[in-house]
Amino acid sequence: MFDNYAVSDVWDEFFLEQGVPRRHLLGVWDDLQRISEGEFRRLHAEAQRSLIRSGATFLVYGNEEGTEKIIPFDLVPRIITHQEWSHVERGLRQRIMALNLFIDDIYHDKKILADGVVPRELVLSSKTYRQECEGLNPPKGIWIHVTGTDLIRDTQGEFLVLEDNLRCPSGVSYVLENRELVKRAFPQMFEHAGVLPVEDYPDMLYDVMDYVSPGQGSSRLGVLTPGVFNSAYFEHSFLARKMGVELVEGQDLVVEDDVVYVSTTMGLQRIDGIYRRIDDDFLDPRVFRSDSVIGVPGLFEAYRRGNVALVNAPGTGVADDKAIYTYVPEIIRYYLGEEAILASVPTWRCDRPEEMSYVLEHLDSLVVKAVNESGGYGMLMGHQSTAQERADFSERIRANPRNYIAQPVVELSQAPTWLDGTGSFGGRRVDLRPYVLYGREINIIPGGLTRVALREGSLVVNSSQGGGTKDTWVLPPEGEAHAQ
Amino acid sequence: MLSRVAHAVYWMFRYLERAQNIARFVDSDIGLYLDDPKGQGNLWHSLIAATGDHALFEERYDWYDRDSILAFLTMDTEYAGSIISSLAAARENARSIRATISSEIWEAVNSLYLQVRSLKPVYGSLADPNELCKIVLSGSYLITGLYYSTLNRGDPWHYARIGMMLERADKTSRILDVKYYILLPDAKLVGTPYDNIQWAALLKSVSALEMYRKRYRRIAPPDVIGFLLFNREFPRSIQHCVARAFESLTAIGGSASAVPWLSAQRSLSRLKTEIDTGTVEEVLSIGMHQYLDTLQSRLNLVYSDLYSNFFEPHERAQQGVTSGETRSADA
Repeated sequence: MFDNYAVSDVWDEFFLEQGVPRRHLLGVWDDLQRISEGEFRRLHAEAQRSLIRSGATFLVYGNEEGTEKIIPFDLVPRIITHQEWSHVERGLRQRIMALNLFIDDIYHDKKILADGVVPRELVLSSKTYRQECEGLNPPKGIWIHVTGTDLIRDTQGEFLVLEDNLRCPSGVSYVLENRELVKRAFPQMFEHAGVLPVEDYPDMLYDVMDYVSPGQGSSRLGVLTPGVFNSAYFEHSFLARKMGVELVEGQDLVVEDDVVYVSTTMGLQRIDGIYRRIDDDFLDPRVFRSDSVIGVPGLFEAYRRGNVALVNAPGTGVADDKAIYTYVPEIIRYYLGEEAILASVPTWRCDRPEEMSYVLEHLDSLVVKAVNESGGYGMLMGHQSTAQERADFSERIRANPRNYIAQPVVELSQAPTWLDGTGSFGGRRVDLRPYVLYGREINIIPGGLTRVALREGSLVVNSSQGGGTKDTWVLPPEGEAHAQ
Repeated sequence: MLSRVAHAVYWMFRYLERAQNIARFVDSDIGLYLDDPKGQGNLWHSLIAATGDHALFEERYDWYDRDSILAFLTMDTEYAGSIISSLAAARENARSIRATISSEIWEAVNSLYLQVRSLKPVYGSLADPNELCKIVLSGSYLITGLYYSTLNRGDPWHYARIGMMLERADKTSRILDVKYYILLPDAKLVGTPYDNIQWAALLKSVSALEMYRKRYRRIAPPDVIGFLLFNREFPRSIQHCVARAFESLTAIGGSASAVPWLSAQRSLSRLKTEIDTGTVEEVLSIGMHQYLDTLQSRLNLVYSDLYSNFFEPHERAQQGVTSGETRSADA
């Protein structure tokens, strides 16, 4: 089944060269080869069915028959050594700590702007900078309680940060669901490898929410969802269920005298902490977009007065603006006096005239991104684009240079992926989104979500663009794996 | 618990109970049809009568024939009372309260819906309606079993039970109403084998035949009526449904210690007393249809009281915001 598996110039997560696995994967390789093609087909089909049964689906509009789809799941785990993971973990801690200090500074003294480290104009012109958050003091000084940072590996296997998601990063429910599926499919392989657990994420998230909530210790907490029609509704209900807290919608919440209540069968009852999975824009129609029907009027003021905790705080998007991303190494140096542990992808900012002309001249070889889009939208993959698409983008860039950045095409690493059509394995490109929780301390579950571009040669892993997911294994320190 | 969630739990289980009841009616009447193909006109007609939706049926179909009636009751997605629509509604409610019900229940509801939806109708009707009924019945028994074995006996459990019991009482009363109407007029058939088959079918359509025989052995109309209305042991009798619903209502947070009683407690308690003290003679002297009609409107009244006591969203700027206080003692 691995006969046609090609190892090329890109970093391969599994193989050193054709047919030769990396040293730490010898055991897994051994177990994997014992599974026949028929057995793998059966396991693959069962995993997809199981996802449909559990309703891990997202809605696709405008097509009555197939309105519910699952994100395809690939059973072959993506495996990271303990050493590699420790490096990533240190890098993420450093990055999140610095970005949190940056956001706090931006909404207070703006020292970093005064010192000219990050241009004032760039920050204050960001669409995700919220004037309303000026002077805001989130409980315990924490703004970004939950982060999902996208990492990729270059051809040398070095982890690079592709983007920071500091608002409402999704996908962690897939980490937990995928783990369940893989444990069921490969119990022996899993046991042999001694994979580090991820199952305590909901408990850790609960602790973070409780830590920042005014009723600390006896808080009533909830997850705020836009509702069943939201594409991430599965995740919202999943997290509420796993934490044992209420899943609430905007219509369930009432603000009275700057205190937030839920509407219950026994009258209005106070709620202390809300993991909100609604964007800033829709959170509170009195402060942000007035046409929001999914938000809660008065929520922001209740938050500002410290009567309820919001996870994450509003206004954090200013630090994941893709133009500000280019300054993260300087931001880390400024606040922590350290060099960035995780490198960034080289980035051209179109608001600098000389960089914009470079970008416009090299559109056919660059990846252009709108600074506040995600999910693979607002993006030009230069080397795969048509002349028309390039012409459109250069017009858009000229019209609003601040809104665009460009990066070279970074080769993503590849990992073995089951190809159901041919009954064999092929190399497909992957990224990694670890989930960082910031409460009493910074905690990161080992691994995170590995997204995989299922189309051969494709570099786009987003589920909206034909991507799938994998379980991510972090191995124990060498010598600590279970004896076989 | 959240008002919205309580409301959805109530409806989710009520819709499941509805799908289960329709499947049972259809299943038993298919059997009856085989016993007497010539008498089918009344028989199929009575199935539609039991839903109370003649007008909707006549709007959508030309004739009261087997295929149209089965299509309407089972797989008609345009008709809100069909099996498929009830299951879809149960599932959508379940999805909106996934954080409240157990994963096992959600998966069973989801699987049942997906399985039924995948059955392919032939000429608008199903090639094998018995197969559908079997799937719906066993699927809904599974869900009921999970309801009993995986949920805390807290408020959600009680709201679910009230939903199931009110629906079941309503359906038992409707089937009794229409079948009685068909069965009674023809005096010369009384005591004939055909008459027995019909009364047996009525019992069967609420899964009561075997349990009835343990109690009475012979089929006699007054005993059948008494069994379905007032029996305290049979789980689909109206007495049983109303008594269980009242138990759950009294156990729910907010009503356990309510002084004075909430309006839902009052309306359900009055209904319960009525049933507890009722007799078959009294029913027959009032007239069966009259009696059941009143019963159904009182069941509806209980729901509207539940709605205003518990389910209705709270208005903003409402006074009396103290935790634990029940919102409206009187609706």
